[in-house]
Amino acid sequence: MAPSARTACRVPITKPKTFHPDTLALHAGARPDPATGARATPIYQTASFVFPDSDHAAALFNMERAGHVYSRISNPTVAVLEERVAALEGGVGAIATASGQAALHLAIATLMGAGSHIVASRSLYGGSHNLLDYTLPRFGIETTFVDPRDLDAWRAAVRPSTRLFFGETLGNPGLDVLDIPRVAALAHELGVPLLVDSTFTTPHLVRPFDHGADLVFHSATKFLSGHGVVIGGVVIDAGTFDWEGSGRHPAARGKFPTLAEPYAGFHGMTFTEESTTAAFLLRARREGVRDFGACMSPFVAFQILQGIETLPLRMDRHVDNARKVVAFLAAHPLVTSVGYPELPSHPDHALAGRLLPRGCGAVFSFNLAGTRAQGRRFIETLKLFSHLANVGDAKSLVIHPASTTHFRMSVADLERAGITEGTIRLSVGLEHPDDLIDDLSRALHAAGK
Amino acid sequence: MIVTVASHPVYAYTGTRALVPAQPTVVFVHGAANDHSVWALQSRWFAHHGWNALAVDLPGHGRSGGAALASVEAIADWLPALLDATGAARAALVGHSLGSLAALACAALHPARVTKVALLGPSVPMPVTDLLLAAAKADDHAAFELINGWSVSPGKQLGGNTVPGMWLTGNAMRLMERTRPGVLHTDLVACNAYADGLAHAAAARLPALVLMGQRDLMAPPKNAAALIAALPGVRTVTLAETGHALMAEQPDAVLDALAAFL
Repeated sequence: MAPSARTACRVPITKPKTFHPDTLALHAGARPDPATGARATPIYQTASFVFPDSDHAAALFNMERAGHVYSRISNPTVAVLEERVAALEGGVGAIATASGQAALHLAIATLMGAGSHIVASRSLYGGSHNLLDYTLPRFGIETTFVDPRDLDAWRAAVRPSTRLFFGETLGNPGLDVLDIPRVAALAHELGVPLLVDSTFTTPHLVRPFDHGADLVFHSATKFLSGHGVVIGGVVIDAGTFDWEGSGRHPAARGKFPTLAEPYAGFHGMTFTEESTTAAFLLRARREGVRDFGACMSPFVAFQILQGIETLPLRMDRHVDNARKVVAFLAAHPLVTSVGYPELPSHPDHALAGRLLPRGCGAVFSFNLAGTRAQGRRFIETLKLFSHLANVGDAKSLVIHPASTTHFRMSVADLERAGITEGTIRLSVGLEHPDDLIDDLSRALHAAGK
Repeated sequence: MIVTVASHPVYAYTGTRALVPAQPTVVFVHGAANDHSVWALQSRWFAHHGWNALAVDLPGHGRSGGAALASVEAIADWLPALLDATGAARAALVGHSLGSLAALACAALHPARVTKVALLGPSVPMPVTDLLLAAAKADDHAAFELINGWSVSPGKQLGGNTVPGMWLTGNAMRLMERTRPGVLHTDLVACNAYADGLAHAAAARLPALVLMGQRDLMAPPKNAAALIAALPGVRTVTLAETGHALMAEQPDAVLDALAAFL
């Protein structure tokens, strides 16, 4: 075993090379199509796949052979995307879903049922907040929201029924930087995994698994696809969490019966026995995608793959542009504050330097001085920045969170989340930065009249 | 299932099937720093096709207790005790890498207990480079990186996994990372020290299959040539564009070869 001078053949003795992320962004999971030679990943736009024979069909259904049966469960085009994101994140595998919301739901529904509890950062995307605060309680899953910077608050919120810690790499909308190493360490001490929404950062800026997170999900609608043309999500498993509590996370013992006990819905399979590293993904695919059905279409997967090919290039440009826009706004008299962690004034400035040395993304908020009417004039004067509810597009975007993405939150909750009526959120795109600054300058001038 | 072997708990995956005394038994033996899960697809198929399948975690590995066995011969002597614990008089042995050597040695040393042997990714001898031994001895993560880099064929280093959505090298890495301190070194030393492979092959008077990966850098097919020559009536299968991680890279081809042989 292993190359050696004692072997007769010529073999490399030096350390094998691994591929850089920029290369994985182009190639991971894909190869020229064996049937046609097509270099691009083909769109396998089919609902189902022909079985060679009855025995093979039975083996596929019983997980004795690997392959595709029905595109709700898996699809060759979607599988390329899943592999590629898993490779970029440094996970064992991934499942692509119909949306980022579906990815979050899949993660939660795979890990817990009624009577369970989540501890989550209170600085969340409004859609995630809706799911956790309003919808899941109807299904018996409660969430306690905590200040993501307050480790004692995370600990104090834990109940015997807690099954998950959840936060965003850069919290919405103030860009609170989640201290992944410390929150993950606490989660593991208490026997629960840490799920991280890495939509704003993508694996180009931070790989949460490298810092201790156990599960990551993305709204692939945003920077991964990058062009604002599809809705999609993906959840990735690090393959590190000890779901049985028999090894590195003893406090997890007994907490995850969906993974560590026989599942009647799949022939009594115990997923942790079936796969030492990927029990979560097995259950998520064999139950969550199968039964809830929020799968990704092959065409959407293809579009996201096109986006990921240029992810490293785009993210660098997004960050460069965002830095220039941040510098402009921070110096403008009508702007009272800018929430960007690279600014020394941001409370997570030092943490951002450690976790996000390549940049803090291109989505951030700032507070405009003046009235609500001035804020409206500002947004309506912008020409390059499009007023809409999305981020992570190649084009620059703007929104007023208090009246849109976070409008269901009470004033007190808004305040706790760092949102005021003057808060404006930007998603800085790939235009020339001078043009973006000109656009902002004109709008600020109009708002100031 | 958990059984007790030599006073230690031993885990064997059975494909979620109860063992049936009237059925033949096949034991799957993993390689260094691995566990039963490397055989998930193949062992599950056999468990659902008339066999008692035992994909075992060797002592010190996975869910099994005890210390990792220090030599190929020690594993070979342990396997009959596993059969005793599960009530099997005889079994076919399927081994990968270190496990293939153990299966070969068991067939030679305990011929009454073994019906057939399938040797996946064997090399006789199976020398281990000092670079890897030193890293393993230090429990340095670099040891896993070396193994992953050498085990997975160049084509599969970029994915294209048969199992939808799974990143092959990432999964292999995470499995190795669960290895207890010192165990990889013990496994590699066992491989490196095994000197009786050809004698055992000559003594193993039973049907044998040697299954190799054409692009295997860990156990290149030419390193199995002497073994193949020493095994009378051996069946050989070489999988094109496949490395040492045979079961992960080509799960269906491995299963087909095993099903045809056993």
